[in-house]
Amino acid sequence: MLSFSSRSHAFDLSFYLGHERSLTQIKFNADGDLLFSCSKDQVINVWFSHNGERLGTYEGHNGTVWTVDVDRAPKQSKFFVSGAADNTLKLWQVSNGKCLYTWEFPTAVKRVAFNEEGNQVVCITEQRMGYQCAIRVFDINTQDGSKQSKEPKFMFNPIGSKATVCAFTLQPNIIITGHESGKVALFNAKTGEEIDNNERAHGDVVTDLQLSKDRTYCITSSKDKAARIHDTKSLIVVKTFNTETPLNSAALSPNRPYVLLGGGQEAMSVTTTSLRQGKFETRFWHKVFEEEVGRVKGHFGPINTIAVHPHGTSYASGGEDGFVRVHHFEDSYFRAKPYGDLEIID
Amino acid sequence: MSANLDDDIDYTDIEEKYEVQFDDSLDNTVVVDGIPVIDKAKLDKLLTKVCKEFSKKGVSIKSDDIFMPWDDSTGKSKGFMFVDLKNVEDANLTIANLHNHPFDAKHTFKVNRFTDIERFADLDETYVEPEVEEYTAREHLRAWLADPYGRDQYVTYRGDEVLINWHGKPSQCEVAYKPEWRDFLYVAWSPWGTYIATLHRQGVRLWGGSSWKPQQRFAHPLVKLIDFSPCENYMVTWSNEPIAVPEGAIQGPQYFSPADEGNTIAVWDIKSGDLLRTFSTQQEADSGGVKKQMQWPALKWSPDDKFVGRITPGQMISVHEVPSMYLHGKKSLKIEGVVDFEWCPLGDKDREDATSAPGKPAKKARENMLVYWTPEVSNQPARVTLLGFPSREVIRQKNLFNVSECKIFWQNQGDFLCVKVDRHTKTKKSVFCNLEIFRMREKDCPVEVVELKDSVLDFSWEPKGERFAIVSSSDPNLGNPGPGITIKTDISFYQLDRAKNDFRLLKTLPGRTSNAIRWSPRGRHVVLATVGSSTKSELEFWDLDFSVEERKEGQTDWGTNIQLLGTADHYGVTDLEWDPSGRYLATSASAWTHTLENGYAIWDFRGQELEKHIQDRFKQFTWRSRPPTLLAKEKQKQIRKNLKEYSRVFDEEDAAEESNVSAELIALRKRLVDEWNAWRSLRKKEIGEDKHEETQQVENKEEIEVWVEDVIEQTEEIIE
Repeated sequence: MLSFSSRSHAFDLSFYLGHERSLTQIKFNADGDLLFSCSKDQVINVWFSHNGERLGTYEGHNGTVWTVDVDRAPKQSKFFVSGAADNTLKLWQVSNGKCLYTWEFPTAVKRVAFNEEGNQVVCITEQRMGYQCAIRVFDINTQDGSKQSKEPKFMFNPIGSKATVCAFTLQPNIIITGHESGKVALFNAKTGEEIDNNERAHGDVVTDLQLSKDRTYCITSSKDKAARIHDTKSLIVVKTFNTETPLNSAALSPNRPYVLLGGGQEAMSVTTTSLRQGKFETRFWHKVFEEEVGRVKGHFGPINTIAVHPHGTSYASGGEDGFVRVHHFEDSYFRAKPYGDLEIID
Repeated sequence: MSANLDDDIDYTDIEEKYEVQFDDSLDNTVVVDGIPVIDKAKLDKLLTKVCKEFSKKGVSIKSDDIFMPWDDSTGKSKGFMFVDLKNVEDANLTIANLHNHPFDAKHTFKVNRFTDIERFADLDETYVEPEVEEYTAREHLRAWLADPYGRDQYVTYRGDEVLINWHGKPSQCEVAYKPEWRDFLYVAWSPWGTYIATLHRQGVRLWGGSSWKPQQRFAHPLVKLIDFSPCENYMVTWSNEPIAVPEGAIQGPQYFSPADEGNTIAVWDIKSGDLLRTFSTQQEADSGGVKKQMQWPALKWSPDDKFVGRITPGQMISVHEVPSMYLHGKKSLKIEGVVDFEWCPLGDKDREDATSAPGKPAKKARENMLVYWTPEVSNQPARVTLLGFPSREVIRQKNLFNVSECKIFWQNQGDFLCVKVDRHTKTKKSVFCNLEIFRMREKDCPVEVVELKDSVLDFSWEPKGERFAIVSSSDPNLGNPGPGITIKTDISFYQLDRAKNDFRLLKTLPGRTSNAIRWSPRGRHVVLATVGSSTKSELEFWDLDFSVEERKEGQTDWGTNIQLLGTADHYGVTDLEWDPSGRYLATSASAWTHTLENGYAIWDFRGQELEKHIQDRFKQFTWRSRPPTLLAKEKQKQIRKNLKEYSRVFDEEDAAEESNVSAELIALRKRLVDEWNAWRSLRKKEIGEDKHEETQQVENKEEIEVWVEDVIEQTEEIIE
């Protein structure tokens, strides 16, 4: 391993405990000053990412909040959306904590994502109680948040294995999805048609999908212990990162050629499986060389979600243990060139 | 009908087959030579003695069966006799068991078949040149030592797969051989690495040479444990199943005979493959009613392979001469209460003395020594005794009091002996520990006592050194182990203070969990490890001579040269082993102990991980050991003196190779980066074009609007 790993403990870190149960997703806003976190305790928190002070909470959901996403518009962070096990999707005003609009569905909302412009939201609802897994796209009225159309702009049911994660791609109305079977696919939201797929992208359920800044590639993590970088247009697997633990989250680090992977044995199987306790570390892998460069310890349980500051100056991880840990990178992290002077395009 | 049938059948073939032949041959008669020459008066006594000797060996005869020829002119016996045995089988047994049997100090039986004697008498006296068997060159058994890179080998055993690997510089690590051995318990190297043994259901098999051909086999069914003698001449095998010799089993020097039935331990000659002797462990297990764990090795070899000792706890130590396996001096060392003993190892110096250079008068080699201890019995104190062997002279004796347990630790050169004495207070409530250290190279072996308040879990001498390390603990959980309990320990290093000539504490590392000490075979470096814990698995790499300057007499910076070089972690580690050169350490987690993350890792002496392989069902890792160097002392000195010269060559090689490797790696990385960058720029360009198109479309729209406006104006003109 490279010199990088020995330094990883040197991050300045502060951790927050605002949740009573395990974290489900965390997100930075576009400027990176705010960090949104949701958890199984039904509360959404927002924090100042530089010092860990809690700015506020958003209460209103009546079940596990599975997912949040903040609009990408810089300098404003007007809205964010959240999906929960109470079968609702809510649109919130960031600044005052008001719930602007609530959509209701027959089943739980597992994943939400804004598009680039912040005027559309895609969500996945769970396949349960006779209802099929559905993907809906809503137009967001950005002028008056409380006046939204009740009906989705598009809705379709992906055939085959249910979708677990989704995001808008570069092209309008094209959605990239990750599925329970390990499939990664592209859908036309308008027609519900599967444009392209990679059935064997992963060997097990896809747990996370995060896009690069320009949305031309994405990273997926899976319970099959691997993370992969895909081209969002052709779905070609560009890079593969094989670890020894099931992965719950994978994030791309802007400006630096690293990917961050998090996971660990599920809490319920830690004591029963023969595998080693722990492995609850955030792993840093080199994006291009597919080599592990370092690890950061800290969590007492599996890492459920990782998010990197949009400027790449810090990262946050949320764990099964109910903690959000924010790590600021030191100067040496940016100076270090463990692989020489090769210029790598972000 | 049936009567008729009977008449018709021709029985001659069956009759022939089952015809009872009267045995008129003399096959059941043997001639025993080597009988003491006596006069008539002693005849009866001799005959009873001979009969007794026979029945001891499993052949029962009466004195009537013996015919003793008599020389009437002198009135004395002729020194041999004829013995009539019940049948041919008994005669065979007699020859097998009593030929070369020592009757007393002067007389040894020579047993021959009577018919053979006749044949010997008729033997053609003319000498016929025996045909010279054509010489077939055997592979050199130590071929691996001639490796041009000077690499070491190790064997790994995983699932059903054995691999023999080379280990050297990263570029030189490769598989040396992939054997097709099947169905065996485990593998073991001989002490000098010449052979590798596999334990099969049928017995032990030895492999060796550059093509790993079978070298020898020892038919000990269901063998479980083996032990080599220090010089690789003999092997001891043990099976929990008593030896059974079925009817019609092959007989011969390499196989068990009926006389071995019921025994569990067998001693073999490695070169010939012959069975030397078998022993039983039965009596030990039965004594005291409590089945104690068997000690292994059950037989202890003297370092020069001349003697092998066996202990009968509480009674005696029996030392046998090898290869004859006769009890040395025909009697055991009767020591009441003896619990354990160890042979003193031979130092390099002793070996040199024993094989001194030609021309020089051979120095008197150090006599073999053994040390044993006896616990307190009635009024007699516990005692540690040093005994010279074969002289059986007591060299040193030390009395001890309030002893609950002793453990014997020899320094590997035989310079020092430490007896770790676990002592209890008078009330027997608390236990503490004394280290009784014997300085063997000084006159009368002075003893020094290091008293410790805590109990000592492990003790280890630095090989070829004057230091030792101990693991001590005062943890209240000590003695009642449970799941999840990791015992807190302190590690202490002691060194011989040359000025004062006693052992002094160098340094204590408090509050560890380490419970295993592994010295590098070259000394100086030591690894402390936490083994057998489910939560801790730390490895600490220490250097005890960190300062580069030579250690000086009476130096003031006592204990300051101890330096932690690195720490590492190998989860679930069960075994640690230094390579023979002392440069690398191998740690392994064996599936025999647990099934968590089995596999092995190789570290350098600083604790840098060089290799790590996590493999399911990984069982065993062992380095191939090396024989002692053949270089003369002067030559070694010379090399050490010119080390810089030699190392320069190697440094150059390393540098050349490193630049090769790194050049390859850099090229690979460059290619990867180029591919990535090419893909990225392609995508970026596409986005750019998309955006460009979009903006162009927008511009087009504007033009259209302008054009529409124009049209409107035109219509206006028309209206006007």
